[in-house]
Amino acid sequence: MTGRNSLFGPVDPAVEAGYQDPPPRKGFFTDTSICIGCKACEVACKEWNEVPDDGFNFLGMSYDNTGSLNADTWRHVAFIEQRKPVDGDGAGSRTPVDLGMPARHSRNGHEVQLPDSGTDDDKPDFRWLMSSDVCKHCTHAACLDVCPTGSLFRTEFGTVVVQEDICNGCGYCVPACPYGVIERRKGDKATKKNVGIAQKCTLCYDRLDAGQRPACAQACPTESIQFGDLGELRERANQRVAKLHEAGIMDARLYGNDPDDGVGGTGAFFLLLDEPEVYGFPPDPVVTTRDLPRMYKGAGTAAAALLAGAVLSFLGRRP
Amino acid sequence: MTHTVEGQGRRRRRGGDRAELSMVPDAEFTSYYGHQIVKPSPWEADIPAYLFAGGLAAGSSLLAAGADLTGRPGLRRAGRLGAISALTFSMAALVHDLGRPERFVNMLRVAKVTSPMSVGTWILSTYGPFAAAAAAAELVDLVPGARRIGLLRLVSSLGRPAGVIAGVTAPPVAAYTAVLLADTSTPSWHAAYRELPFVFVGSAAAASGGLGMLTAPTREVGPARNLAIGGAVLETIMERRMERSMGITAEPLHAGKAGALMRAAKSLTIAGATGSLLAGRSRTVAALSGAALLAGSVCTRFGVFEAGQASARDPKYTVVPQRERLEKGEPVRYRG
Repeated sequence: MTGRNSLFGPVDPAVEAGYQDPPPRKGFFTDTSICIGCKACEVACKEWNEVPDDGFNFLGMSYDNTGSLNADTWRHVAFIEQRKPVDGDGAGSRTPVDLGMPARHSRNGHEVQLPDSGTDDDKPDFRWLMSSDVCKHCTHAACLDVCPTGSLFRTEFGTVVVQEDICNGCGYCVPACPYGVIERRKGDKATKKNVGIAQKCTLCYDRLDAGQRPACAQACPTESIQFGDLGELRERANQRVAKLHEAGIMDARLYGNDPDDGVGGTGAFFLLLDEPEVYGFPPDPVVTTRDLPRMYKGAGTAAAALLAGAVLSFLGRRP
Repeated sequence: MTHTVEGQGRRRRRGGDRAELSMVPDAEFTSYYGHQIVKPSPWEADIPAYLFAGGLAAGSSLLAAGADLTGRPGLRRAGRLGAISALTFSMAALVHDLGRPERFVNMLRVAKVTSPMSVGTWILSTYGPFAAAAAAAELVDLVPGARRIGLLRLVSSLGRPAGVIAGVTAPPVAAYTAVLLADTSTPSWHAAYRELPFVFVGSAAAASGGLGMLTAPTREVGPARNLAIGGAVLETIMERRMERSMGITAEPLHAGKAGALMRAAKSLTIAGATGSLLAGRSRTVAALSGAALLAGSVCTRFGVFEAGQASARDPKYTVVPQRERLEKGEPVRYRG
């Protein structure tokens, strides 16, 4: 099916893909304000989906030794250490103090008493941001658009999944993704499965089929990762942001919830406490295929120019 | 715990290479500890080599068709055999690049207009058999007396129609590869989408003209020389325009390996075009110019490829253009 918004704009992706009466679109709302960085989601995802280890690296930055989403990491917990007050009043950096320990939210007052903080202000000047990243399951998914084999497909739940027996590892989805999520699995074919094939979060398609929650949402102890019908999640997220704003946390904002944004809104969206790029997200992502009609037009003109140039080359006097 | 506390991920001055704290708001960007955001393609040298060889095949088929119709058998032979060699190399490079080469045929499962790679597969599948048939006819004609044998006579007689169809279906082969690169989130490829098809067809014309000058008899190389010079001029002008329209994402075209390749491409292309213009009847100058144009085309393809890879590895080229849009109050939004 092709319509006006097939490449860009708000659309129900399952209906767009041709499903008749699909179930409500499913997604994740990841509320990073209550993420405690336990990485249970990373572990649960690996266990359920048989995702191999990603190398047991020591990255030497924060508490994050995973680094980013990749073929072998379908949930990734980012840790950001900031010299900012916990309530994020935007005052920016003050005299740097090595606290030795991460600051903690107190349940009600948003103020944490830290020993020997060394500032004359009683607000802490240090905070941790933690966020569990995942495939966004975009409304307009560039990976799916550019896949030449049809291996990547849209499920009835509106999610995007790789069929591992179809993918021939062309790798086109990898640079297409505006978030850097999907990747071709590297390694030894003898010890790892699906080497050479594009890999990413499936939103636990197998569990969804059985009426179960995805493994990461099931394992999350604080319900930072919420799974459900996307419409309901968006409402819940709006309420949560309003509540945080009321409590004075003006940094709280949603990321990926707008159906009019560059990817038509994402199936997995986030509540963030700082700019998206702080967490490693692109601040204003756009699906590359939005511009594809113009690209084809340009290539068509160029091809015609080449043909005309070749014809012209044969005109004129023969020596 | 005695780690040093640093502010929001990593702040870096735009244009600078060292991590530093800066309070100038519009001259810095933020990232997650300097990590890349979009991923570079997993493609290796196979792909830029294919970009070159595909363009060379396309231009050579055009020259061969024109040579056939205007009675230049030497240039026709050079074009047809050049095209099939470049095409064979292209197919090998494309299959080799796959994570699962044995599943190459899955490319033919679907025809998908939103995937330039699928479109390209079908473009090659249309063009390839005709280019192969034209080359087969050329080979038959090389064997004395072969045209008298029934089947071989048929192959030989199909040379002209196959060659003409190959010529007509060749230009998309040279042009679509620009869309292949541009239809990604790789900053320096996507930002080049307006001009890149013209750079690539120019490069293809220069390379195939160069090959013709190198391999065809001197008295027949006129059209090859014309195509080469025209291609070199188009490539040089459009490459310049491309860089001007790309904003900050043009930077990787000037830095490191990509920068060296792009500089070499420019020198070789201009030298090759100038040589072609001045060659006159000198076989040596024509051949050297042709070789320079071929080398220039290789450098252009590898340069553009490497610049894109570098732009994906540095979060700057993903964050800064998007952040600038947001700060101007112009985020990309669907508006009815």
